[in-house]
Amino acid sequence: MNLVRLMRSALAPYRRQVAVVVLLTALQTAVGLYLPNLTANIINNGIAKGDVGYIWGTGAVMLGLTLVQGTVAVIAVYFASRVSMGVGRDLRDAIFSRVMAFSAREMNRFGTPSLITRNTNDVQQIQIFLQMALTLMVGAPIMMVGGIFMALSEDVRLSLVLVVAVPLMAVVISLMLSRAVPLFQAMQVKIDRINQVLREQVTGVRVIRAFVRNDFESQRFSAANTDLTSTGLRVNRIFVLALPALMGIMNLTSVAVLWFGGGLIGSGQMPIGNLTAFLAYILQILMSVLMAVMMVILVPRAQASADRVREVVSTEPSLASPETPRSPGARKGEVALRQVSFAYPGGEASVLSGLDLEFLPGRTTAIIGGTGSGKSTLLGLVARFYDPTSGRVLVDGVDVREQPLEEFWQGIGLVPQQAYLFSGTVGDNLRFARESATEADLWRALEVAQARDFVAAMPGQLDYLIDQGGTNVSGGQRQRLSIARALVRRPQIYLFDDCFSALDAATDARLRAALREETAESTVVIVAQRVSTILDADRIVVLDAGEVVGVGRHRELLGTCPAYREIVTSQLGEEAAA
Amino acid sequence: MMRGPGGGPRGAGPRGMMMPGPPQSARDLRATLRQLMARLRPEALAILLATVLTSAGVALVVIAPRIIGSATNVIFDGVLGKELPKGMTLHQAEAYLKTHGHSQIAQLLQGTSAVPGRGIDLNELGMLLGLTALLYLAGAAFSWGQGYIMAGVAQRTIFGMRRDVEAKLTRLPLRYFDSHPHGDVLSRVTNDIDNLTTTIQQGLGQLLTSILTILGVLAMMLLLSPLLAAVSLITVPLSLGATLLIARRSQVHFGRQWERTGTVNALVEQTHTGHALVQVFGRSRSTLEEFSRQNQALYEPSFRAQFLSGIIQPTMFFLANLNYVAIAAVGGYRVVTGSMSLGDIQAFIQYSRQFTNPISQIASQMNMLQSGLASAERVFEFLAAEEEAPATDTVAVPEALGHVLLDRVGFRYQPDRPLIEDFTLEVQPGETVAIVGPTGAGKTTVVNLLMRFYEIDSGHIYLDGVDSARLARDSVRRRFGMVLQDTWLFAGTILENIAYGCEGASREEVIAAARAAFVDHFVRTLPGGYDTLLDADATNISAGQRQLLTIARAFLADPPILILDEATSSVDTRTEVLIQEAMARLRHGRTSFVIAHRLSTIRNADTIVVMAEGRIVEQGSHRELMARPGVYRDLYESQFGGALELAG
Repeated sequence: MNLVRLMRSALAPYRRQVAVVVLLTALQTAVGLYLPNLTANIINNGIAKGDVGYIWGTGAVMLGLTLVQGTVAVIAVYFASRVSMGVGRDLRDAIFSRVMAFSAREMNRFGTPSLITRNTNDVQQIQIFLQMALTLMVGAPIMMVGGIFMALSEDVRLSLVLVVAVPLMAVVISLMLSRAVPLFQAMQVKIDRINQVLREQVTGVRVIRAFVRNDFESQRFSAANTDLTSTGLRVNRIFVLALPALMGIMNLTSVAVLWFGGGLIGSGQMPIGNLTAFLAYILQILMSVLMAVMMVILVPRAQASADRVREVVSTEPSLASPETPRSPGARKGEVALRQVSFAYPGGEASVLSGLDLEFLPGRTTAIIGGTGSGKSTLLGLVARFYDPTSGRVLVDGVDVREQPLEEFWQGIGLVPQQAYLFSGTVGDNLRFARESATEADLWRALEVAQARDFVAAMPGQLDYLIDQGGTNVSGGQRQRLSIARALVRRPQIYLFDDCFSALDAATDARLRAALREETAESTVVIVAQRVSTILDADRIVVLDAGEVVGVGRHRELLGTCPAYREIVTSQLGEEAAA
Repeated sequence: MMRGPGGGPRGAGPRGMMMPGPPQSARDLRATLRQLMARLRPEALAILLATVLTSAGVALVVIAPRIIGSATNVIFDGVLGKELPKGMTLHQAEAYLKTHGHSQIAQLLQGTSAVPGRGIDLNELGMLLGLTALLYLAGAAFSWGQGYIMAGVAQRTIFGMRRDVEAKLTRLPLRYFDSHPHGDVLSRVTNDIDNLTTTIQQGLGQLLTSILTILGVLAMMLLLSPLLAAVSLITVPLSLGATLLIARRSQVHFGRQWERTGTVNALVEQTHTGHALVQVFGRSRSTLEEFSRQNQALYEPSFRAQFLSGIIQPTMFFLANLNYVAIAAVGGYRVVTGSMSLGDIQAFIQYSRQFTNPISQIASQMNMLQSGLASAERVFEFLAAEEEAPATDTVAVPEALGHVLLDRVGFRYQPDRPLIEDFTLEVQPGETVAIVGPTGAGKTTVVNLLMRFYEIDSGHIYLDGVDSARLARDSVRRRFGMVLQDTWLFAGTILENIAYGCEGASREEVIAAARAAFVDHFVRTLPGGYDTLLDADATNISAGQRQLLTIARAFLADPPILILDEATSSVDTRTEVLIQEAMARLRHGRTSFVIAHRLSTIRNADTIVVMAEGRIVEQGSHRELMARPGVYRDLYESQFGGALELAG
């Protein structure tokens, strides 16, 4: 039971508050159970004997107790809310800091969207469950036990009614649930299905109209709609039976209590006021049965969420700073790969195998190859997002695994394939790479990245607000800002992962010229799809299925490397490769 | 969802894909209610029947405590009667009690029909309780019947709304989709409809029951004892006021909680998405600190909101008990003075409990109702959006040869921003037109106009000699085949996705098309072959294979005119070669408009249309355009010059 395990560790810091909640709930329930007693007394000693003074006196006591009960309940809710919301906060913190420590390997294993859901929806589910548990469910067993005890102490024989009513209720509820829950799940699937069809209609509107398939789409939708409606109808028709059935059982139980109670009173075995008290207990017991059922409904959902949360929190990050770090003497940016191989855990084939490469300061190395040839993985190894399965990655003569992580990353300027920007100003985004950068530094980087003009034209310039992900600037602008960000860092090693794809040819050319000047002293590694981007590289490395199949300049490779020729032909046509 | 830099106004972007906002209320409540009523009108008969059943059910359940009260009286009478010497009349008993110093009990006798010396009349008690049981059973049956009918009403109403929303989607002009964020449209047609379903399903029947119960119970209470009814009514405004007061305060915190949840979620989303950047740029620590701060900021209002909404129940409970004590005290006094029977008090106590329940239920449902109405408003707004003017063929549809003539075409997305003015272009059947220009130059505009996704403002487009404006849009589109970079596939089998190009295509025809598009081999390597299910975003096959499938789709459609978008996105070299060959084959013998990136395509095109900043800036053959300085020559030289030089 992950839910139990998770709750045990998450609730540990709140042990005292939880104890207080349980205690107060017990007190609140005890008062609640005592109140019908007073009602009985009012009837037996006040009304039946005509003693008005007694009625007022006991009434005052009742009011006082109710006030106590209310106050206790409010305090209990106070602590319950503190605990449940606090646990939610702690879980979010725990997940977030764990994910921050993850390497690319764990990120890939979980997937970004899944991690986001776990830290948002799943935590929320657990939070809601805990709030319900602490406010409603803690009381249910206490109420049930106390209610049964009180009912028994009023009259054992009359309590036998419960032997019929409670199982009857349980049967009705479980019958209903066993039929409704599968249907309900099926309905969720159908809702997803219908929303998916609609989503496709909105995103694919051009294709649908181009192929004149509106009718087809409408039929598809209509089928999904009819299907959903009929399931919805079945589920709801079961659900609408629940309330009348349960209310009916409760009402009939009180009728039975009156009948049998009447007999007992008639034979003088029970005072008449106790009948009223007894009815109140019966109602409380049945209500707590209902609560217990609610708990049963809520548990599976919270359980699923707890599983997903625990999975993250119990995953150890595969990357960590070494215990006895070793820093290279001088950071120059010399990268050397020695017999490097890499495979994903469980993956059949190696992504990279037996790589021996060097990237040197002042040199630009381009890496080209088809999808799945391992280009991005290679960059990931240099940036230490992954560690090689075998072989070594040396930077400035020291194995990267021995270097202190943060210090090592200081020397890396990465421009990822997905040019991602954070919400905040243009300036914030650029300073993301180096907080101490001056405004002049920023403009300089923008200039090199061919981003100066459009940033200057933005309202507010460096203060222009970028939306999350950078969705309010064009793809080309996003790439250029992302390049400028890496430039602001002034690292020894630049890693460009296919980040020129959205630029038009002219901008691409200007940017590369400016970059060459700016990065003259640095080690530059460029992964590219477009041949035109890398024509002027000092060295081109051609990767195919994880192996180096060619190294050299454009001209040389055209003559010696068939894989390279194939790429050039496909992009530039026969005559370029001739 | 990251879309490449789209041309034209499609850059609306995925910003609207966030979660729906917190429950707000409808802006124009009356209009929304009126429209909702209109939607429910076809169900009037069912609703009427449900109302009758509810009334009957409520009446029975309301009468039952009264009868239980009588049963209690029978028991009480029996208890009293037994105490008295047999054979006395009630008056004698009274006098007897008074002389023995029990004057208060004597008074009590006045309100009863006890027979001295006789115990509980079990016959009568049995009859009364049997009747009560019957009433409860019948009441439950009625209320079930009502629920059954209303479930139908709700489901049918929502079915109709879903149907209309979908039909609306097919009638909206492309302009609507381009100018509204997809997220917003989707949220209206999915989330809002779902929210409304919940409201109608849970709200309608309950509201009806609650209101009728309040009325019935109030009537019974007044009937039993106007004095006690008045006592109970005093607590009603108290509980309503307390609920509203607390709810309004907690609402503020709930709003803040919602807002900060958004902030925290956004932070989670962007930190996880930009994970590598955060690490490599050494921002882990500061991001963690920022998160902790935001997380704590979320905790405060969450706690307050939960706490405040949590105290509503104890408060209501206290007020209910207050009411109870007041009734017991006042009622007890009335029984003692003989002006009311014990059974009536019991009945009254039951009523007063039944009375507060539906009131707090309505109060707790107000939020749901409000947010349901807000959703309804958004759906109605969507349904009221301006539709595309219907168009039908007003001339005979000409034979499809592939001749296209754009005659002095003018078009602008916004009236004050001229885009295409006086554009004339003639394309003979089988010719190729290459559309070139930097990203964001508006190359899709030409596609929009040819396909009649947008209507031109001036001029004419002739297809095989007939003005396309005189044809139905569908007739125009049937002449075109389209392969875009945005490879839209739907969740279904590969077979269904290819067959999308042509209604009623046989399996053989689909396979032939796949073969022509070089994707047959790939499909056969899949475990399910042509029946392999593509998942929602078709992420289980590569971008290149997706492209090939869309080419196969176009093959199957076999149109005389093609619109092609050459891929620049990440496709591996071998697939890239296949795509090129497939496209070349597809183009063979057809008129093609190609959004071109490849040198060979551009150079071999019969006409090149050069676009920049949304406008057409140059037009001509490669030779003509290279002969004079201009955008095309610059573009060509910067992009391919180096390659040719080095290669040459």
